[in-house]
Amino acid sequence: MILPPVPPAFYLVLSGILFTIGVIGALTRRNAIVVFMCIELMLNSVNLSFITFSRFLQSIEGVLFAFFIIAVAAAEAAVGLAIFVMLYRSKETINVDEVNLLKW
Amino acid sequence: MKLPEIDLYLIAPEIILTAFGFLVLLADVFSPRTEKKGYLGILSLIGIVVAFFYTLPLIGSGKSGFEGMFTADGFALFLKVTFLIIAFITILISMGYAEREGIAFGEYYALILFSTLGMSLMASGTHLITIFLGLETMSIAIYVLAGMLREDRRSVESAFKYFLLGAFATGFLLYGIALLYGATGSLQLKEIATYIASKNLLRNPMLMISLVFLTIGFGFKIASVPFHMWTPDVYEGAPTSITAFMATGVKAAGFAALIRVFFTALPQFRPDWTSIMWLISVATMTVGNIVAISQSNIKRMLAYSSIAHAGYILVAFVAGNDIGISGILFYLMAYAFMNLGAFTCVILLGKKGEENTLITDYSGIGFKYPLLAASMTVFLLSMAGIPPLGGFMAKVYVFSAAVKEKFYWLAILGVLNSAVSVYYYLRVTVLMYFREPQREITGLQFSPASVLALIIALIGTFYMGLFPANVLSFAQKSIVGLM
Amino acid sequence: MFDIVWLVPLFPAIGFILNGLFGRALGKKAVSWIGPSAIGLAFLTSILIFFELLKKPPSERFFERIIFDWVVSGSFHTVIGYQIDPLSILMALVVTGVSFFIHIYSVGYMHEDPGYIRYFAYLNLFVFMMLNLVLANNFLLMFVGWEGVGLCSYLLIGFWFEKDSASNAGKKAFVVNRVGDFGFLLGMFLLFTSLGKHGIWTLDFTEVFANANKLDTVTVTAITILLFIGACGKSAQIPLYVWLPDAMEGPTPVSSLIHAATMVTAGVYMVARCNVLYSMAPLSMAIVAVIGVATAIFTASIGFCQNDIKKVLAYSTISQLGYMFLGVGVGAYSAGIFHLMTHAFFKGLLFLGAGSVMHALSGELDMRKMGALRKKIPITFWTFFIATLAIAGIPGLSGFFSKDEILWQAFSSPHGHFVLWLVAAVAAGMTAFYMFRAVFLTFFGESRVDPHVAHHIHESPRIMTIPLIILAILSVIGGYVGVPHVLGGANHIHEFLAPVVGGSEPGKSHAALSFVAQAWASGGENGGHSAALELLMMVISVVIALIGIGFAYLFYIKNPTLPKLLAERWKGLYRLVYNKYYVDEIYQVLFVNSLKKLGVGLWRGFDDFVIDGTVNGIAILIGWISSVMRRVQTGLVQNYAFSMIVGGLILLVYYLLRTIFY
Repeated sequence: MILPPVPPAFYLVLSGILFTIGVIGALTRRNAIVVFMCIELMLNSVNLSFITFSRFLQSIEGVLFAFFIIAVAAAEAAVGLAIFVMLYRSKETINVDEVNLLKW
Repeated sequence: MKLPEIDLYLIAPEIILTAFGFLVLLADVFSPRTEKKGYLGILSLIGIVVAFFYTLPLIGSGKSGFEGMFTADGFALFLKVTFLIIAFITILISMGYAEREGIAFGEYYALILFSTLGMSLMASGTHLITIFLGLETMSIAIYVLAGMLREDRRSVESAFKYFLLGAFATGFLLYGIALLYGATGSLQLKEIATYIASKNLLRNPMLMISLVFLTIGFGFKIASVPFHMWTPDVYEGAPTSITAFMATGVKAAGFAALIRVFFTALPQFRPDWTSIMWLISVATMTVGNIVAISQSNIKRMLAYSSIAHAGYILVAFVAGNDIGISGILFYLMAYAFMNLGAFTCVILLGKKGEENTLITDYSGIGFKYPLLAASMTVFLLSMAGIPPLGGFMAKVYVFSAAVKEKFYWLAILGVLNSAVSVYYYLRVTVLMYFREPQREITGLQFSPASVLALIIALIGTFYMGLFPANVLSFAQKSIVGLM
Repeated sequence: MFDIVWLVPLFPAIGFILNGLFGRALGKKAVSWIGPSAIGLAFLTSILIFFELLKKPPSERFFERIIFDWVVSGSFHTVIGYQIDPLSILMALVVTGVSFFIHIYSVGYMHEDPGYIRYFAYLNLFVFMMLNLVLANNFLLMFVGWEGVGLCSYLLIGFWFEKDSASNAGKKAFVVNRVGDFGFLLGMFLLFTSLGKHGIWTLDFTEVFANANKLDTVTVTAITILLFIGACGKSAQIPLYVWLPDAMEGPTPVSSLIHAATMVTAGVYMVARCNVLYSMAPLSMAIVAVIGVATAIFTASIGFCQNDIKKVLAYSTISQLGYMFLGVGVGAYSAGIFHLMTHAFFKGLLFLGAGSVMHALSGELDMRKMGALRKKIPITFWTFFIATLAIAGIPGLSGFFSKDEILWQAFSSPHGHFVLWLVAAVAAGMTAFYMFRAVFLTFFGESRVDPHVAHHIHESPRIMTIPLIILAILSVIGGYVGVPHVLGGANHIHEFLAPVVGGSEPGKSHAALSFVAQAWASGGENGGHSAALELLMMVISVVIALIGIGFAYLFYIKNPTLPKLLAERWKGLYRLVYNKYYVDEIYQVLFVNSLKKLGVGLWRGFDDFVIDGTVNGIAILIGWISSVMRRVQTGLVQNYAFSMIVGGLILLVYYLLRTIFY
């Protein structure tokens, strides 16, 4: 059985849903690593959009952008995890709702 | 098919910044651990000066290259000059401060150079990939710099918050870019504008959402309300030299990208974003100024003041005419001098293990450290917009741009806001001169580099207030061709 | 030679920088030299320029020295530049000259004060700002000076900030002056934009005045009234005079310099400077004249019942400023400026004399605790007495000539009126009365001095008495530059100022002035009135002054119980005047308290704080909003992210609605 091709709009909707899930996760999860993973999810949903557009528009730029996003996300992850480690050393926790020394 | 032309002179300043960044890292690695690392700062300063001299010959050429990804037009070059000045002063401040706080590693200076590189790319990018990469190069370096004081819980927290929220904002920015790409099929700013104009896409929902997401992404970097909430926390916790760098450099770069994208790629949507930015501008100045009043920590107060200044700059952005955009350039440079100067004073009043950043710590220092207090007064008055200092002229240009475009209410609200701001700026001055010291502050060490930074900032602040015509005409020449 | 004009403000600026930044390092002795000599050099330079100016024919007595471009914004262009013409150089001479003597006096007077160095730094800064005000060649720089002197005044009134009354007085002066400055600023903007409508984007005096005829009368009237509001604030006229009496909390030389001789006259100078505009707006001139004369008589009457010697002088200053405004208001600009000059001499002297009395009596200000000081501090007495004669308008002294010029013009000028003259003449008599009352209470009669203080009454040191003597000489001879024609004089000052403010030699200076010249030609000099009438009125005013003196003699020397008797007889009236007509209280009720009630309604706990008027009320309200708003900043990352999302959603909804309804 051969499935009919998936229309590009579906990918975009999926990308939108993933982005929304990412946003909601980033807003609600307590653990900083999970929050960061949700942000990664947002970035990856953007990648999905880019690749869909790229294929749909027959233009290479979108794919290139996706590669750059992957590279940047990797760099961010490296820096971010290092910051989490530092935070854990000084506070013994990486729960985002316990980090509020600076306020008002 | 022929290879695209590559004009390396066009990106010479960027290449030099990168090269010196690596040089500093290597010099650090290959030098004995115990040695004092003062020369690293000097090496970085040399790098900046060299980059500066490679920037100057580009002025007036208006060339662009790399297949429309990069330009060295006047706008970019003016901002590059500003960034280099900011980086120069930041490194001067850091040489004493980083030594004192024990963070004078090679990567500290290298990261400042790299983030300056990112800023230059943001100003020069005419392609969304270039702008995005510049933005990330700058931001990732700053995430690390903000957490440099590893032993200080507040510094770590500041890095943590900046990182999480920065990544979050990046997500929105990217989604906005993706939608823009999807709707127009291009990432090159001019091509986007041409496509929108030819296809009349003004009511396209994808572009609408994209516009909102771009506003979130850039609004975060320039600290505009309601995307500003990271600012006070991060500025308070970060090492003071880095706070100064963020408040001036990152903000200027954010404005560079915002102006470039909105004015080059999306001029068709101007009526739409003008009304939005009107609201954001008013909210930004008002929130910044009002909350600054009740602050007790000077770094935090200056953070709110920097939010307010973003609001003033947005006034000119809304006006969007020649005077407005050149006024923004003028403002960014004047703000760089006065804000870096103010933070230098904040640094000089502290010592190892004792930051003295409470506003009450400033009581009575007017007579004890007259030069320090007098400079601080100058910078604060300049920020309050009192003639004949740079901040005053900057405000004159910004508000007169709004008046010229008939945004009378915006200008009135702006003036009212700066009247409110006088209160908290003067409060520090009053404390310095009219109150008895609350506690003894002794043993301050004024490193020669910091004093030099202070002098440069003072000269800049006065120069821009007394002879604004020179800088302004440079700014006016710089924006030719942008709009 | 004129190129060196920038040196005039430069010297005080250098003095300020040296004293302010390095004063502590340099030490008291060096500061005592730097402070006065900076002003002295400025004074000398002004004199040189003045004589250079005299060499030129009157029509060429104008010079502009542009220091550098200041604001360039589109078609608008303003420079920092100084302008020399008879008016500005005369003002510069008065400012630097009087300042110089007061600086010297201060060296003695302030010697024991812990804030000595700060004092001289502020004083030099003040002179710098004042010189910018008078020498500026455009409105913007003038405004900078205007604000600058206000700031210095605030700093110096609150000089002894440990005293609550001093810092409150400083605040009051600041707030009241802001009201005035707001008017000034609005006037300046209106002028700027309405000239801009004709394509002339400028604030330079020459260009503005040359193009003033392009404006219609209504606009000019609005502009001039707004500017006059600024003058009311700075020069303490009704209804904004309330800050000046409180300003006496500052050190006495400051009261002398800033709150009598120079700063408070800035408003008069400004009106005279803008004479082209005022002459185009008869309504504004009438307002200026009426406010001036009303202030003159109103505050003179308050002077009757004050017991604090400095307060008497303060109200007298306000009253004399009223005279000056009367002068400029009836178009007699040179008479106003003339009185400004003589007033600077004798009122400066009176304050310095009061300071000397305080010095002798260990800081006593209450005249009821003085008396019979004539013999003990003779130099102070004689100089004070000369100044009193001058202010009372006794023929032969400077005050007589200048005051009489104003009185005559108030009657005879085309803008004048008999009623204006009458009120002003009565006020002159009242002036003579309360000034002689002060002299009699202080120097004559029985000694009522506190016995503790009495045994070490001493004359002030020479560094203080010499400025007194010099100013006394000036108070006598200062009037001879303006002896009216009717007394066989040449009225030099009138002719000297004529190129700027119009007068006997019209039409030769700026083209724009021909308008004024016409007005003058119709009735300036003696227009339509005979010399005999002028003489007669002069005699009447002298007689009124003598009557005033006579009453003072009767009340305070001949029959010292009489004042008490009268006070009891007309208890209500006495109480009314004694309490300064309750103006402060009325303001308190009208403005301060109603705001206070508003504040209580908004938020109860603030009741105690909202005492000090509008500014504090608003400040506290904002402070409260601020402290509430900062709580939004919870320190939690996710709340921050949430605010970003909410912001984004609002933007989205906005765009959506816009798309639908657009």
